[in-house]
Amino acid sequence: MSLWTRLTGWFALLFGLGYFALPLLGLTEFSLRARRGVYSLDAYAKVIADPEFQQTFLYSVSMALVTIALGVFLVLPTAFWVRLRLPAARPYVEFITLLPLVIPAIVIVFGYIRLYNTSSWLPLTGTIMGTNFLLAAGYTTLALPYMYRAIDTGLRTIDVATLTEAAQSLGAGWTTILGRIILPNVLVAVLSGAFLTFAIVIGEFTLAALLDRPAFGPYLQRIGANKPYEPFALSVITFIITWGCMGLIQLANRFTTYTKAPR
Amino acid sequence: MSFLEISHLEKSFGPLRVVKDFNLSVEKGEFVSLLGPSGCGKTTVLRMVAGFETPDTGSIHIEGKDVVRLGPNARKIGMVFQAYALFPNLTVSQNVAFGLKVAGVGKAETADRVREMLSLIGLPDLGDRYPFQMSGGQQQRVALARALAVRPRVLLLDEPLSALDAKIRVSLRSQIREIQQRLGITTIFVTHDQEEALSMSDRIVVMNGGIAEQVGTPFDIYNKPTTKFVANFVGTLNTFSADVTDAAAGRVSVGGTPVQLPAAVEPAKGDRIGLAFRPEALHLGRAIGREVTLPAVIRAVNFHGSVIRIEVEAAGTNVALDTFNRADTPPPQVGDAAEVSFSARDVIVLEY
Repeated sequence: MSLWTRLTGWFALLFGLGYFALPLLGLTEFSLRARRGVYSLDAYAKVIADPEFQQTFLYSVSMALVTIALGVFLVLPTAFWVRLRLPAARPYVEFITLLPLVIPAIVIVFGYIRLYNTSSWLPLTGTIMGTNFLLAAGYTTLALPYMYRAIDTGLRTIDVATLTEAAQSLGAGWTTILGRIILPNVLVAVLSGAFLTFAIVIGEFTLAALLDRPAFGPYLQRIGANKPYEPFALSVITFIITWGCMGLIQLANRFTTYTKAPR
Repeated sequence: MSFLEISHLEKSFGPLRVVKDFNLSVEKGEFVSLLGPSGCGKTTVLRMVAGFETPDTGSIHIEGKDVVRLGPNARKIGMVFQAYALFPNLTVSQNVAFGLKVAGVGKAETADRVREMLSLIGLPDLGDRYPFQMSGGQQQRVALARALAVRPRVLLLDEPLSALDAKIRVSLRSQIREIQQRLGITTIFVTHDQEEALSMSDRIVVMNGGIAEQVGTPFDIYNKPTTKFVANFVGTLNTFSADVTDAAAGRVSVGGTPVQLPAAVEPAKGDRIGLAFRPEALHLGRAIGREVTLPAVIRAVNFHGSVIRIEVEAAGTNVALDTFNRADTPPPQVGDAAEVSFSARDVIVLEY
């Protein structure tokens, strides 16, 4: 490799790192300047002590968990069935799961409000539980491209058809096959889909704001519009959560002994 | 009715008829092999017995009951796959216990059965291993134990030895046969390897183009093939073409040498017929009990250790014959003139 190529490589790497790291550094540095003249964690303390932060954060975490459960419940059997019995339908199913990337969240939420408003045939927005359910359904849709791809990739690493037939010949029904054989073998893939879903739900604004639910995204926006240092502290916290999720994916990978199996 | 009775089974995939009017009766405790080339329908028959494919027409009776409408999980059939299909997330013991757990067998009984099965396959100490920590041969033995643990009515083996290397294949096939005989379990074994089928089976079904060409004991299949396909597919076959001189008396001529066949030749077979021999039926040189002798030229000599396969040209045809190696007799040289002899009793008459 010539010196020139090597230098260009290093420059590209440093440029990329700077592109990502500098704004983050600036953000973090500014979030520490709440006390005049010295660096302090005042903004973080204030944010964490804010009861609204705790409530909205807790709400979003619970919504994320519900969304993950809904997503796994919907995607795992679908992806499994498509691989096992309907391989010809795969391109169509993939296309459908990609739609949320091209249809904006605002279109989805307006559709929901129009279909399920209080004067409709199914007035879901009339109750808190109903609206929560709509929000979870919306989040599931938004996370669908990531969840489907993660699980489908996981299923590709195992011989779904033969494992299913082996389990069937031993007397297992579909629930046992999915719960005891397929899910544990794609658990790492399911977890990475779950963490991606978690990261999406924690920061999501449009659906929660338009359905008027006390989620973390709208809270972030409100603080950002009204406070000087706190929104930056909140952004750093959100970054840490997201990166924490990524770290957890790696950790999950490391702790599953049988994933080292050549398949 | 036999223990397992397959009648008039048919199966098509799209326009392709894969299995055509397949019939087979298997007695309790019998080991039957389905032998044939790729695409002959043997695996499809096995998968229909297992319940993974539904036949278009026909019936499959096990212990007198038609199981065609039953799902694979309700047939009480054990199956071993070519790709082992052990559950990667479960240990060896958990794999073997899987079927018992599904059936709701108690913990103590399950533990006993798992121990019994692991010692049956000769791996009593490997219960805590995961499949990826074992060799292919060990994994396939565990797969066998897992299939047998639920005490199935029929054991189906779908080319279980194909993915293994030659040495393990030979040792595992005698182990499978020994376990099958010890448990007396009715077994259907699918293979494309004639040596496996011949050495393991009570009976062999030779399949071709979706039909059963011949059903018989390994001895009959090898020595008395009833169709040209079976004769060619099972074992090596040498064929001389012969002119019929007297059909009723069974007299023919091979390259001018008269041969008296033990039975009459059917006139429908025409003026020319094929006389086929296994390599061991031909002898280099003259020998007592082999009344026909043909002049020959040595064309190739392949030394296999205990056996030497020699190719000679006789009566205008290249044929192969086997002789045992003897340390005091070196093999003949290529180009040497020789004689080959055979007995008309060992002839398999083929139509042209």
